[in-house]
Amino acid sequence: MTARTPDLVLSSAPFSRETATTPRIMLEVVAAALVVLGVACWTFGIGALLIVGAATAGAVVTEWLFSRSAVPSPLGDYSALLTGLLLGLTLPPEIPLWIAFLGGVSGIGLGKLIWGGLGQNLFNPALVGRAFLQAAFPTAITTWSNPVGPESFFRVPPGLFAAPLLRADIDAVSAATPLGLAKFEQQLTGYGDLIVGHTAGSLGETSAVVLLLCGLWLGLRRLFDWRLPVATCLAVAVCAGALHLLQPDVHPPPAFALLSGGALFAAVFMVTDPVTTPTTTRGAWIFGFGVGFLVVIIRQFGGLPEGVMYAILFMNALTPHINRFTQPRSFGA
Amino acid sequence: MRTQAETYDELVKGLWRDNPVFVQLLGLCPALAVTNSAINGLAMGAATTFVLVGSSLLVSSLRNIIPKQVRITSFIIVIATFVTVADLSLQALAPAVHKELGAFVALIVVNCLILGRQEAFASRNTVRASLADAGGMSLGFSLALLSLGAIREILGSGSLFGVDLFGPLFEPWVIMILPPGGFITLGLMLAVFAHLRARRERAHKEAGDELDERWVA
Repeated sequence: MTARTPDLVLSSAPFSRETATTPRIMLEVVAAALVVLGVACWTFGIGALLIVGAATAGAVVTEWLFSRSAVPSPLGDYSALLTGLLLGLTLPPEIPLWIAFLGGVSGIGLGKLIWGGLGQNLFNPALVGRAFLQAAFPTAITTWSNPVGPESFFRVPPGLFAAPLLRADIDAVSAATPLGLAKFEQQLTGYGDLIVGHTAGSLGETSAVVLLLCGLWLGLRRLFDWRLPVATCLAVAVCAGALHLLQPDVHPPPAFALLSGGALFAAVFMVTDPVTTPTTTRGAWIFGFGVGFLVVIIRQFGGLPEGVMYAILFMNALTPHINRFTQPRSFGA
Repeated sequence: MRTQAETYDELVKGLWRDNPVFVQLLGLCPALAVTNSAINGLAMGAATTFVLVGSSLLVSSLRNIIPKQVRITSFIIVIATFVTVADLSLQALAPAVHKELGAFVALIVVNCLILGRQEAFASRNTVRASLADAGGMSLGFSLALLSLGAIREILGSGSLFGVDLFGPLFEPWVIMILPPGGFITLGLMLAVFAHLRARRERAHKEAGDELDERWVA
């Protein structure tokens, strides 16, 4: 290119442009996800890094495979990287690596590419990958383990290295997540453990304080619409609180509902996906409230202890309609 | 009078170029519902083959005496007869498979592939051409069901035709033997077929040669 600097520039509005570009936003969210990954490694050992790495590799390789000829390469917007990272952080700490890899492949393949790539997908790709794994391997994805602590940081759970299509030849002892304990054994985990993250659960979901800090950082940097996570958390708190008031013995208090399970992780990283959530202000509130409401309903009345994934996927399906019905009326029309 | 080559073409078109499942998207209900194992897919393919070949034979030989106004009804009666024969035979010969397939054997009567071939082909062609057409279509249908069933059985149960492939440590993909697995597998196979067709067309266009119409659908 040999374009010389023109002496006089003629152009039309807009003159003031946002400096944020898609790759930049994605990279900042990736950085936040890496912080969460660091905490996951602290909690569950080096295995967390391997699992998240496998999921990310699956996502990135699939994206690369199906867009080799595209210029510029879609890998440059880092969205596949982010999808893989987020998917990996929603997986349990003893899942075989090949399953995590497959989750990345199906998340990008079924969740994004067949819709036409970034911006065209109806459902959150990371959650599509997880939903596929949940439907395909219901046992592997609900086999939890307790946090190991820093002293056995380098001890990798043997289940991780199962050969593709097989499971490891070990008797895994499954721990219960706080939500599982609350649902099936009426046993509430202490708030201290929930906040620090010293509980069983998916890799990225355990530490409430880190997730809140990440959310605060991303929100203050205006990388997402703050209404989405706020509405989600509000709805979880209100719905869980209402149920708790009605039947305090059966339903856990709102603070527990917020801090346990994937509620906070989803509020910070999943509900805020710009592609699959409403773009209007009122739509953001509706979406967030819908997710929070469904989370509580599924958790308290469904068969599974956790319902965040299905709640978000369900609301993703409604996003186009929410967008349509909440279009602001144009001024003067 | 048709030449040998034309009859041959009627036979092979159903395998690939006009494959009932992967190209015409006909008979998807059995293709999705009973293909959770290779043996089920094969049994359904065999039953459909019997009905389609029998109906095409009868319809094409009766094509000049079936009144136009009641042709569809007549086709359905012919098809239903063969379906009843297939249903009862399967029940007598392979009761286990019959139980697996359930109502789907009786539902062959509403498989639009079969009625479609009668209306589009058997009712206006010679017995010989119709037999070739029905044979090719049934073969294509059976192959599609067999491949769907094989993929779903390998991933969903770790076996093929009931033979264990991966040993006791196999981690089954539960979703593959459930209905969503059928939709996902069929969808991905359709995508592969469409991709291969597009690539072939592109290759022909680039080569600039006169297209052999038979190979471009």
